[in-house]
Amino acid sequence: MQKIDQKHIRNFCIVAHIDHGKSTLADRIIEKTGTLTEREMQEQVLDNMDLERERGITIKAQTVRVIYKAEDGEEYIFNLIDTPGHVDFNYEVSRALAACDGAILIVDAAQGIEAQTLANVYLALDHDLEVFPVINKIDLPSAEPERVKNEIEDVIGIEAQDAPMISAKNGLNIEQVLEAIVHKIPAPTGDANAPLAALIFDCLYDSYKGVIIFCRIREGSVKKGTRIRMMATGAEEEVVEVGYFGAGQFIPCEELSAGQVGYITASIKNVRDTMVGDTVTDANRPVAEPLPGYKKVNSMVYCGLYPADGAKYGDLRDALEKLQLNDASLQYEPETSLALGFGFRCGFLGLLHLEIIEERLEREYNLDLVTTAPGVIYKVYKTNGEMMELTNPSNLPDPSEIEYMEEPIVSAEIMVTTEYVGSIMKLCQERRGVYLGMEYIEGTRALIKYELPLNEIIYDFFDALKSRSRGYASFDYELKGYERSKLVKLDVLVNKEEVDALSFIVHADSAYERGRKMCEKLKDEIPRHLFEIPIQAAVGGKIIARETVKALRKDVLAKCYGGDISRKKKLLEKQKEGKKRMRQIGNVEIPQEAFMSVLKLDEDN
Amino acid sequence: MSDSLGLYLHIPFCAHKCNYCDFLSSPMSYEARKRYVDALCEELRYVAKSCKERRVDTIFFGGGTPSILSSEAILQIMTTIYRNFSVSKDAEISIEANPGAFARETCETWAYAGINRLSMGLQSACNEELKLLGRIHSTEEFLESFLMAREIGFSNINVDLMCALPHQTPEKFYGTLETVASLSPEHLSVYNLIVEEGTLLAKWVEEGRDLGFPDEDTERQMYHETRRILAKHGYERYEISNYAKKGYECKHNLRYWERKDYLGVGIGAASLWEGKRFSNTVDFERYVSLLLEGESKDDFVLAKLRENEEVLTKEDCMAEFMFLGLRKIKGVSQEEFYKNFDIPMDSIYHDVIERHVKLSTLQIQGDALSLTEYGLDVSNSVMADFLFD
Repeated sequence: MQKIDQKHIRNFCIVAHIDHGKSTLADRIIEKTGTLTEREMQEQVLDNMDLERERGITIKAQTVRVIYKAEDGEEYIFNLIDTPGHVDFNYEVSRALAACDGAILIVDAAQGIEAQTLANVYLALDHDLEVFPVINKIDLPSAEPERVKNEIEDVIGIEAQDAPMISAKNGLNIEQVLEAIVHKIPAPTGDANAPLAALIFDCLYDSYKGVIIFCRIREGSVKKGTRIRMMATGAEEEVVEVGYFGAGQFIPCEELSAGQVGYITASIKNVRDTMVGDTVTDANRPVAEPLPGYKKVNSMVYCGLYPADGAKYGDLRDALEKLQLNDASLQYEPETSLALGFGFRCGFLGLLHLEIIEERLEREYNLDLVTTAPGVIYKVYKTNGEMMELTNPSNLPDPSEIEYMEEPIVSAEIMVTTEYVGSIMKLCQERRGVYLGMEYIEGTRALIKYELPLNEIIYDFFDALKSRSRGYASFDYELKGYERSKLVKLDVLVNKEEVDALSFIVHADSAYERGRKMCEKLKDEIPRHLFEIPIQAAVGGKIIARETVKALRKDVLAKCYGGDISRKKKLLEKQKEGKKRMRQIGNVEIPQEAFMSVLKLDEDN
Repeated sequence: MSDSLGLYLHIPFCAHKCNYCDFLSSPMSYEARKRYVDALCEELRYVAKSCKERRVDTIFFGGGTPSILSSEAILQIMTTIYRNFSVSKDAEISIEANPGAFARETCETWAYAGINRLSMGLQSACNEELKLLGRIHSTEEFLESFLMAREIGFSNINVDLMCALPHQTPEKFYGTLETVASLSPEHLSVYNLIVEEGTLLAKWVEEGRDLGFPDEDTERQMYHETRRILAKHGYERYEISNYAKKGYECKHNLRYWERKDYLGVGIGAASLWEGKRFSNTVDFERYVSLLLEGESKDDFVLAKLRENEEVLTKEDCMAEFMFLGLRKIKGVSQEEFYKNFDIPMDSIYHDVIERHVKLSTLQIQGDALSLTEYGLDVSNSVMADFLFD
């Protein structure tokens, strides 16, 4: 294959608030272009046999290379780097941005700018990307494209008057977007003859190929046979294959060079060797310094993940290792709980991230998990002058050793139509929020700013926000810092035994309330036993709430059906099976769901 | 001496499906019933071939409503049994009968055919409750049937009753118990009403109808009081739901709880036979055609009829020994366990027994391990612990 001229490459991504049409526009771009140059079409026919073995590998369409024949008659290669999944978290966007030279900002013509529009566009500007806006959904009756254009200019401060006005759904004016990509997004730079420096922006584990590295070549070039080195881990391997991303498949090619986006395989079997954000270089001709990578984001929310079946500990470890490959923000370390056995304390960027990982573990890796209540990192200043970062409530030192504690505070921006401002502010007050200010946008909407303790928003804040604004509020936050706070550890005793996995840290003022609700919730979750079970909440050894699970009164199967013993036996087996799915704490069997009880404490409000 | 055997004959017909019933039964035409009886007799002949060495000492006509069968049908079945099996002289031969729904002539035929135990499904002596259950007889009709059976000479009669019915107060229930006990039947079965899936009652519950079921405490109170009231009349509770005058315990049901072999004949009928459990197909047409129609008449007919075969392991047998045996008020015998399995009960179940004795759900009296009063209330929770992982 002939060397591709950098001038004809455009690496870009699409940023948007959720539901503003990101995926639909991506689909249209792929549709309106071709996935191969004319020359490559022929080559592909020749390479058909090789492609055979690629068949069946489908990856999520994170990155796709398409060919666009522009109005100037030239063919351009577009590398559309999709931000995978949810845009709620900056890190995912950030990862894609690191591989791009520009970004398309989509704004919904009816809804205008939302909180995540702002968050994502600032992130793109931080990465020095060229950003140009596109107004989508102009076919909606409620569309106000002119108002939205003004909003973009006023609020974000980028030129929007000549923004393409499209309907991605109906395929309207997509050509304008394609032309804008050619003209507004800069071609990549970088010297193809310099030493290799490629940024890993994603990874995938394939059981045939081993680790597949998704990278952006900044300098130099790489091809089959190049001995590469991962600069962070020092691992070295020989390249087996390089290529780029067709729609849903890997297409091998001769070489990847500066400015290009593609993949590398090097029969890397140990997933730990590859870290997203790391730099790949040529082992025989390395660069001196790794690329800056991209902003590493730290975990904000922690929880314990345990296999429901203790024997699956190894499976869980392998699964976490593989997930971490293309989700570098997932952190985990082994921990042990008296109640739950061997598991991992895992760090996430937020509750949604936690949920995604949990779901992926359960679906993709077929694991049955017990999750403990999520918490944040607290800073514990001890009387001996030491400071410890607390991620697991069980590790809280004795109160006598604690001088004081600090908890993380975020600055939150909530965008909402003005009619709901009152109820949103009330919600923030309830969650110990400190009001910072409010800006009106276009008269009908307001951007409310609050400082909130992170531990008040990790459970159900988003749901509460949605329900109090009929779904209209959008929300974004970033960590501001740590502040001193009056925090206590709330312990739960079931049948007089403390259950470590149920402990959580709470503000002293809400301890009583939360303790009471926790006991009520557990009373409903724990089935009746053959004896009475007290459930108590305690702070510093002092009982602050109590409920009782009454002893089982009746559990009889009166009749055998004409000697049909099997039917009765099945019932008893089911009963026994149900017990097996529970966790034994002393004499008490606690259902796995109970460990998530703390999450549901606000449900009844 | 040869081993004994029990026969269960399933009669899947009734005049009207009751609102709580999830048994395999439904109203059917005379013609269908006749074909079924022919098929049943055919099955009996096949079954008999493998039981040459056995002595039948219990026979039970269950359903459904066996009393709906014509005199001819009863004679046909009983004759088939007498011809093909060796039936012991003092065999207990029971038939379930619906009060008010059989004629004197039919009842006389039963006696003539050797049936010596009548089980009457009264359920309640309160007509409103009967109506709600969808029963088609009244208390008065029951009384007539009962007295008629006595006249004809039935000296072993069971009456089925139900407890914890919708809108039933303890007083009403105790009234039913007193009324029935005053007639002095030899045996009483008192079952708690269970709302089974797929019944009309279950549908009502789903629809959110307020059926006024007694609460748990009231229901337990009724259960405990049943023993007391019936004891006053000379009955002893010998199984979770069964009461008898001395010597009138139901031998056929004891067979189930003591894991003695029995063969079920008819659709859906379950068997325990030489270390295996299995049951017949529930498909009426398949059952009848397999047995009556042409070429399939070979030695494999029974194999084709039978489904869900389970070969019991030693562990299965031990678990069954425990959870079935514990249904009996006198409980299980440790010596018996040792005789059966060649290993002391304690070495298998030490932990479970110790735990439940501590929880006061089980008690040990000499050789016997049995449920306590509280254990009877929560028997499922206790029994489940005797299953193996």
